Amino acid sequence: MSKELIRLVDCTMAFDGETVLNSINLTINNKEFLTLLGPSGCGKTTTLRIIGGFLKPTSGDVLFDGARINDLPPYKRQVNTVFQKYALFPHLDVYENIAFGLRLQKLPEQEIDERVTEMLEVVSLKGFEDRKVTALSGGQQQRVAIARALVNRPKVLLLDEPLGALDLRLRKDMQQELKRIQQQMGITFIYVTHDQEEALAMSDTVVVMNEGLIQQIGTPEDIYNEPVNAFVADFIGESNILDGIMREDFVVETFGRRFQCLDKGFQKDEPVDVVVRPEDIDIVPVKDGMLTGTVTSITFKGMQYDVIVDFKGFKWLIQTTDSPKVGERIGIKIDPDGFQIMHKSKYSGLYGDYSSFSEEYEELSDAEYDPENGEEGETREASDGE
Amino acid sequence: MESKRLASPYLVWMAIFTVVPLGIVVWYAFTDSTGAFTLGNISRMGTYWPIFLKSIWLAILSSFICLLIGYPVAYTIAGASPKGQRLLYMLVMLPMCMSFLLRTLAWVALLDDTGIINNLIRSLGLKPLPLIRNDAAVVLGMVYNYLPYMIMPLYTVLLKIDRRLTEAAEDLGCRPGEVFTRVTLPLSVPGIISGFTMVFVPAVSTFYISQKMGSSGTTLIGDVIESQFKAAYNPNLGAALSLALMVLVLACVAIMNRFSDGEEVATI
Amino acid sequence: MKTFNRVFTVIVFLFLYIPMIVLAVASFNTGTDIAVWKGFTFAQYGALFKDGALLPLLLNSVIVAVISSLAATVLGTMAALGIRAMSPRMRSATMAVTNIPMTNPEIVTGVSLALLFAFVGQMLKINGIMGFATLLIAHITFNLPYVILSVMPKLGQMDPNLRDAALDLGCTPVQAFFKVIIHEILPGIISGAMMAFTMSLDDFVISYFVYGPNFVTLPVEIYNYTKKPLQPKIYALFTLLFLVILVMMVLMNLLQARDEARQRNARGVFGVRKGAKA
Repeated sequence: MSKELIRLVDCTMAFDGETVLNSINLTINNKEFLTLLGPSGCGKTTTLRIIGGFLKPTSGDVLFDGARINDLPPYKRQVNTVFQKYALFPHLDVYENIAFGLRLQKLPEQEIDERVTEMLEVVSLKGFEDRKVTALSGGQQQRVAIARALVNRPKVLLLDEPLGALDLRLRKDMQQELKRIQQQMGITFIYVTHDQEEALAMSDTVVVMNEGLIQQIGTPEDIYNEPVNAFVADFIGESNILDGIMREDFVVETFGRRFQCLDKGFQKDEPVDVVVRPEDIDIVPVKDGMLTGTVTSITFKGMQYDVIVDFKGFKWLIQTTDSPKVGERIGIKIDPDGFQIMHKSKYSGLYGDYSSFSEEYEELSDAEYDPENGEEGETREASDGE
Repeated sequence: MESKRLASPYLVWMAIFTVVPLGIVVWYAFTDSTGAFTLGNISRMGTYWPIFLKSIWLAILSSFICLLIGYPVAYTIAGASPKGQRLLYMLVMLPMCMSFLLRTLAWVALLDDTGIINNLIRSLGLKPLPLIRNDAAVVLGMVYNYLPYMIMPLYTVLLKIDRRLTEAAEDLGCRPGEVFTRVTLPLSVPGIISGFTMVFVPAVSTFYISQKMGSSGTTLIGDVIESQFKAAYNPNLGAALSLALMVLVLACVAIMNRFSDGEEVATI
Repeated sequence: MKTFNRVFTVIVFLFLYIPMIVLAVASFNTGTDIAVWKGFTFAQYGALFKDGALLPLLLNSVIVAVISSLAATVLGTMAALGIRAMSPRMRSATMAVTNIPMTNPEIVTGVSLALLFAFVGQMLKINGIMGFATLLIAHITFNLPYVILSVMPKLGQMDPNLRDAALDLGCTPVQAFFKVIIHEILPGIISGAMMAFTMSLDDFVISYFVYGPNFVTLPVEIYNYTKKPLQPKIYALFTLLFLVILVMMVLMNLLQARDEARQRNARGVFGVRKGAKA
């Protein structure tokens, strides 16, 4: 499982003097489901294109099974790609799209037929052989794209925002489907997305990127529970990020009050960022509260209420099944494992409180619609979200 | 990445057969027949100033008339059904593919003193009209020959105007006339500029139309250049005149591009 | 307003086609004066095909048009592919050069090429350098931008990932072009080639400055003719050419219509899908 397959060593990429990737080091293991996650323009697609062979890094090395493959063109790599918006060949039908790579290898007709038929079964598209690809739905095109790549039996499948153009329900189904196919085929998947939920749901390993740098590598649980800096904390899930001071091991001070936490190894009185997830905060009567604040807004979200509470001018987001009233004074309680302490970074202070909550929330929930098509050319249609 | 090199043969070709020749024009313009440096050719430009002015004046006049005629036509084509659009567009393009020499001669046959129209007039017992060998005839020839160059870009631009914009204007209270002046017309400015340029450039440099439909009084700059390379062989003066014409055209194009707020001016 | 526009448009089209009608009528005239109708005859058409001078000139024009448009199509398509792969700055510089022959007055293009050829002739001590080769070079030069400007938009419409997908699945760059890309941009290549062909066939201004006495094209000869009285069989030739070009245009139109229908089809399917969901 943990045999190394691909390694990027100090990979830097610059276009016209603008650095898009800044000295990336990354190891990808065999049979791993690895996700490159980050906002538009963070360098994730560039990283994928370097692995696919469509870009040559400005400096640094790409190793495959220990061999340097910087100069190996894409058509000689044991890697296949599922492209954004699928890039199916419009002049070929479903069968010929899937058979495309095999025909280039000049395989006997019978073997081609067997393998295409097998792949059609894997992606549940039996009976669609003669359809024109332009006459398929988005989900079906997606399946053809996956089959067309997998039929060549690559060691690695690269997926560039493959679900970006699908609507929400179909996307959830395809996440399951992709995970199943990956396990069935037993190969490495490298997956690019800006959708953190998707990344957490599917991956063995998540690589969070921003501004051409890797911010954090870890399992989905690690990334969510122990973000290394304010960027990761803010990008993955909802979080209240507070200024604090680490008074001693297991004791952090914020809002003029000391709290028990589970973190240690900081210098005495080191300024830190403190992350508290909205679901780790309990609402209690004022007299039992560690802090007391005033409810300023409340939004019903189905599974829970999103409550904005003002603590001395700093607005927190609390997710709870209780429903306090706007204007009500409440107390809150946070267990020691509800605190995550992070060293200060360049992202400290960038992600303020939730005073402009409503607008920010709109943006986040609409994250799959990305009006800025950054230099990675991430164009995709707005999914008609439910 | 590597496919960038596919353009190399083209770049080499254009360098040799477009950029270098322009360099040679400049070189000839500043030398005499022995190859020695001289400003004599350039200083003679003053003599030709009235001819330049005349060429510019007639070309601008023709461009304006083309615009006035071409706009309603382009507007009508853009409003037709897709099938109708294709047919009409083809009918606009078709004359451009036919020998413009012969088409101009046909106009001569129509307008001549003993031409079709005057023959008709005479048969009605009226006095023949002086229809040819004057400025108006030259302008007619220019308008006739270059009108399609005006219609094409106007049509392209008008077609691209989002119907929702005119609907929005109506929704916001524009009367039909106002929709045109406040929305459609401003949005079609790039097409107007482009059409104007595409008519102006060939019109200002023509030599055939003026030879056939004009008189000695309508000698244009194109005629003078032509004669320097053919009848009165003086390539150095011809090069200087070509250079002046080129600079003039570039200046006009640059000025017109100013009007379109830096929007890319469409060519064919 | 609408009726006015319609009537006006009809009048303008009449204006555009009056000369064609005059020439076509003249081709059936028994008299030699274009302005005087003497009677109906097919004799000019007969004379045209017996004429030993005109048809070879037409052949010359066709030869130059075919070779130059083919060469420009190959060179121009390659260039369009290359230009797309360039960085934005390189691309705009290249497009600026491409636009030179488009914006420069034709007479300047003709004169500049004439000077280049004369200069080279002087250098290499070749007497009478003007001829087939110079004509061909000139035609390729002014044809290239037409091809590029008609192929580039098709390349722009194409999903850039298609090329990557072909490479990814094992195509060499050359195979990627012939197996995938060409299918997407073929309409642009064909219309570019046809445009180049017609431009070349009818070119007079540039040809006039770079032709030699040993290789004359039809438009140049017509110009030289018109200094003398015109032979009526030229009208017959014009009428025939008009028909040929009309047929070519209709073909081009049908091709375009098919291409558009194909694109509309693809869009239509998505439209239905989205509609069904909502």
